[in-house]
Amino acid sequence: MKQRYGTPLGPTWFLGRAAYRRFMAREATAFAMAVFLVYLLLWLRSLGQGYTAYGQMIELAKHPISVFVHGLIFGAVLYHSATWFNLTPKIMPMYVAEEKVPDFWAAIIMGYLPCVAVTTVVLWAVLRSAG
Amino acid sequence: MPDTTITLDVFRFQPDGGGHARRSTDGPTFKAYRVPYHEHWVVLDALNWIKDELDGTLSYRWSCRMGVCGSCGMMVNGVPKLTCAAFLKDYYPGTIRVEPLTYFAVERDLIVDMDGFLGKLKSVKPWLIRENEKPVDEGEYLQSPNELASFKQYSMCINCLLCYAACPVVGAEEDFIGPAALAIAQRYNLDSRDQGAAERADALSADEGAWGCTFVGECSEVCPKNVDPAGAIQRVKVDNVKDWYRKLLMPWGHR
Amino acid sequence: MADAIQHDILIIGGGGAGLRAAIAVAENDPDLSVALVSKVYPMRSHTVAAEGGAAGVVKDNDSFAAHCSDTISGADWLADQDAVEVFVAEAPGELTQLEHWGCPWSREPSGHVAVRPFGGMEQERTWFAADKTGFHMLHALYQTSLKYEGRIRFYDEWFATKLLVEDGRCQGVVAIELRTGLMHTLAARAVIMCTGGAGRIFAFTTNGAIKTGDGMALAYRAGVPLKDMEFVQYHPTGLPGTGILITEAARSEGGILVNKHGDRYLKDYDLGSPLDVTDPRHPQKRAMELGPRDRLSQAFVKEHEKGNTIDSPFGDVVHLDIRHLSAKKIRLKLPFVRELAMNYAGIDPIREPIPVRPVVHYMMGGIHTDIHGATPLPGLFAAGECACVSINGANRLGSNSLTELLVFGARAGASAAAFAREHETVHIAALDTQADDERRRIREEFLTKDGGTERLAALRSELFNAMEQGAGIYRTEESLRQTYRTVESLHERYRNLQIDDHSNCYNTELTAALELRNMLDVAEALLHSALERKESRGSHQRTDHPARDDSKYLKHTLAYRRDDGPPRIKYQDVVITKWPPGKRVYGAEASEAATGC
Repeated sequence: MKQRYGTPLGPTWFLGRAAYRRFMAREATAFAMAVFLVYLLLWLRSLGQGYTAYGQMIELAKHPISVFVHGLIFGAVLYHSATWFNLTPKIMPMYVAEEKVPDFWAAIIMGYLPCVAVTTVVLWAVLRSAG
Repeated sequence: MPDTTITLDVFRFQPDGGGHARRSTDGPTFKAYRVPYHEHWVVLDALNWIKDELDGTLSYRWSCRMGVCGSCGMMVNGVPKLTCAAFLKDYYPGTIRVEPLTYFAVERDLIVDMDGFLGKLKSVKPWLIRENEKPVDEGEYLQSPNELASFKQYSMCINCLLCYAACPVVGAEEDFIGPAALAIAQRYNLDSRDQGAAERADALSADEGAWGCTFVGECSEVCPKNVDPAGAIQRVKVDNVKDWYRKLLMPWGHR
Repeated sequence: MADAIQHDILIIGGGGAGLRAAIAVAENDPDLSVALVSKVYPMRSHTVAAEGGAAGVVKDNDSFAAHCSDTISGADWLADQDAVEVFVAEAPGELTQLEHWGCPWSREPSGHVAVRPFGGMEQERTWFAADKTGFHMLHALYQTSLKYEGRIRFYDEWFATKLLVEDGRCQGVVAIELRTGLMHTLAARAVIMCTGGAGRIFAFTTNGAIKTGDGMALAYRAGVPLKDMEFVQYHPTGLPGTGILITEAARSEGGILVNKHGDRYLKDYDLGSPLDVTDPRHPQKRAMELGPRDRLSQAFVKEHEKGNTIDSPFGDVVHLDIRHLSAKKIRLKLPFVRELAMNYAGIDPIREPIPVRPVVHYMMGGIHTDIHGATPLPGLFAAGECACVSINGANRLGSNSLTELLVFGARAGASAAAFAREHETVHIAALDTQADDERRRIREEFLTKDGGTERLAALRSELFNAMEQGAGIYRTEESLRQTYRTVESLHERYRNLQIDDHSNCYNTELTAALELRNMLDVAEALLHSALERKESRGSHQRTDHPARDDSKYLKHTLAYRRDDGPPRIKYQDVVITKWPPGKRVYGAEASEAATGC
């Protein structure tokens, strides 16, 4: 076999380029999503276990470390969602009257606007019942 | 030589040690060349100057020097570029590091092995597939401008392979069909004249097909022709999912 | 040494003509094995750079007679009219065939293929794929050719160095496999040359690096005459400095050429009178900016002499102005023009005029073939720019060459297949002996040689400059002689060439050296043909013989190589069928003089 030279892909391959680092950040923030889902399951379990367990969960959630971790997770989830909203127009190009809608606007129309709308409705419902 | 110069740090590799042992290299090295600086020069002009004036042994591919033949893709300061469209003025006065396209086996100097790509291209059947061919004397297949526009972007691929050099999946999975070939497959699938989507489906839905893509998206960033292979691949995935559900819900359906 | 490789048909060159020929054989004669040998991967071939379109009669208001007549008068009556008739008649079928193979032709709202006007054409008949027609055609052909696995075998990045002739027949080539440096014997019953033009013998050209006239030189050295080599097309609109092509389609969409006073100077050169760009009849066909390329390029030189051109860092220019077209139209129909102008001239043609000057673009001449693509050497066929049938005569019309490579690529494929069926014997042993000599020659002349003093790049740039000075748009006996002497001395100095690279794997310096030899041979044939043609016709303008002389030169030049001294020049009559030689008229007069059949 003739001698040839190839570039292997090392474990730190993504450090070399900003785009790769952004990609890894996007993928890594998916873990934050997973952590939050596990947390939600714990809430459900405590609800099933009765009032005391639920009360303990509430106390736990009020702890400054918990608030801090929630903040982190919230930031990560926001970043994760934003990256996918921005990518949506590439996956599903949007056409209006046979003209392609620029990606910037398509992302707003297909991603951000519905997200803001749903969030507003949920917040309104929650805050109203709380108030 | 004009007063101003710029330095190119060029990747050198010769598998057979250079014939009559004039130079012998075991592995790759970098060699620095000082080249006259002209504002209108591109990196390819500088390489040509090196080959003509300093070192005839430097090997690389090039032809049209107008960004359409796709020969002269290389890594320029770590980014895949057509060297005929990478201007020295965008790097001056820094040193420019020129390397062969990454993730490909290097044959020599700046020349990489393209055969793998050609095999992948062929695997997606990049030609118009018809159930019934219309005889030529009955004229053309009709296609509206909008039908044309729906695939036109993906037909602009010049096979320069910059997208492969930008894709870490290509580096990790040798068999991944890769951005350009998948975009070309999608170009035919979206062509209103084509009826071959089912024939291409196996290759596209395989692990080495569209689902190998993790949507890094860098292929579309480096594409010199705005083909947007990343978008094409995600659309292959969407079509794939739709097909899967269609088969599940309507097993009696055809196509 | 590797064993000889054997196929039925060998195609040298993987551009449009080579691919079309390969598919023609694979479709019609599936039993024949085809080898496609190309010094670059086929999709890198220079067909890729053609922009404007491909001519073929398709609309109701058009006729074969009109396309014939345009082509023949465009050719200044040096085209063979039987060949033109065949070409015109087969053009629409070939273009439709390409549509069936997926070429994304631009469309009308009805879904039918759209056509645009082109220089020297009386009707709109140029099929186009935006302004990247050659690119789309080449990729459609290449991708279609992949379908014929097993029938077409690709030898990508193999460089042919010599034709093997045995028993009076061309039976193969010697080719260097660039990856390994091995020099293989490739044997076949028939060989088709599809290696493209030789624009690279000039300094300032639209042609890519690969267009070094290899096939022409190989045939020439094998004793096959080169025909009409003196006719070199200058395209009127190349970007200064790089020579990058700005397609004629920019003008057929309505672009205008202006000098430094803002005048549409073409009106002063018998090309009709301008209509305002807002006039719905603009652009007028066969007039002004849509005149033929030779006349437009010559007009530039005259404007330059009058001091009406514009200074630029890369020589004098005129302006190609497309600003009056809407931005939308430019983006839709001329996106590549805009991309090229922005990248390589630093201007956006939506807002600024494009600086342009004439640039070497196309060789009308080439390997002498008949209308079947057969050369005088049995077993050798040729098609595309490297061949001369001739349909282009003294000046090719824009958008005829893309069609030509389809029509004559397919014809050459069919002829070669028929020849191969009749000639089954291949003299392998004798071919290998010849090939051994060639292998030894290349090793001794380049790889094991030491002590030469001439540098490749120096010889090449002297050739460029000499050609540009002596064999440009206007020529004289003196300028041609001067350049011929330079080329002779370069031939001499070439023997003393020393290359740095003695290795085997991708020795691109070796191929560049072999290409230079090919370029010198082509230049020699070109210059001598030009010296002997003491008249002015089409693209061959002799200031010392300014008139066309049908009595002496309504003939094709045939240049035969001789080992010692300049080539032997012979002449062959032009075939006239229905269009007797007349005056070439463009502009207002043209419509009155229109001929029919």
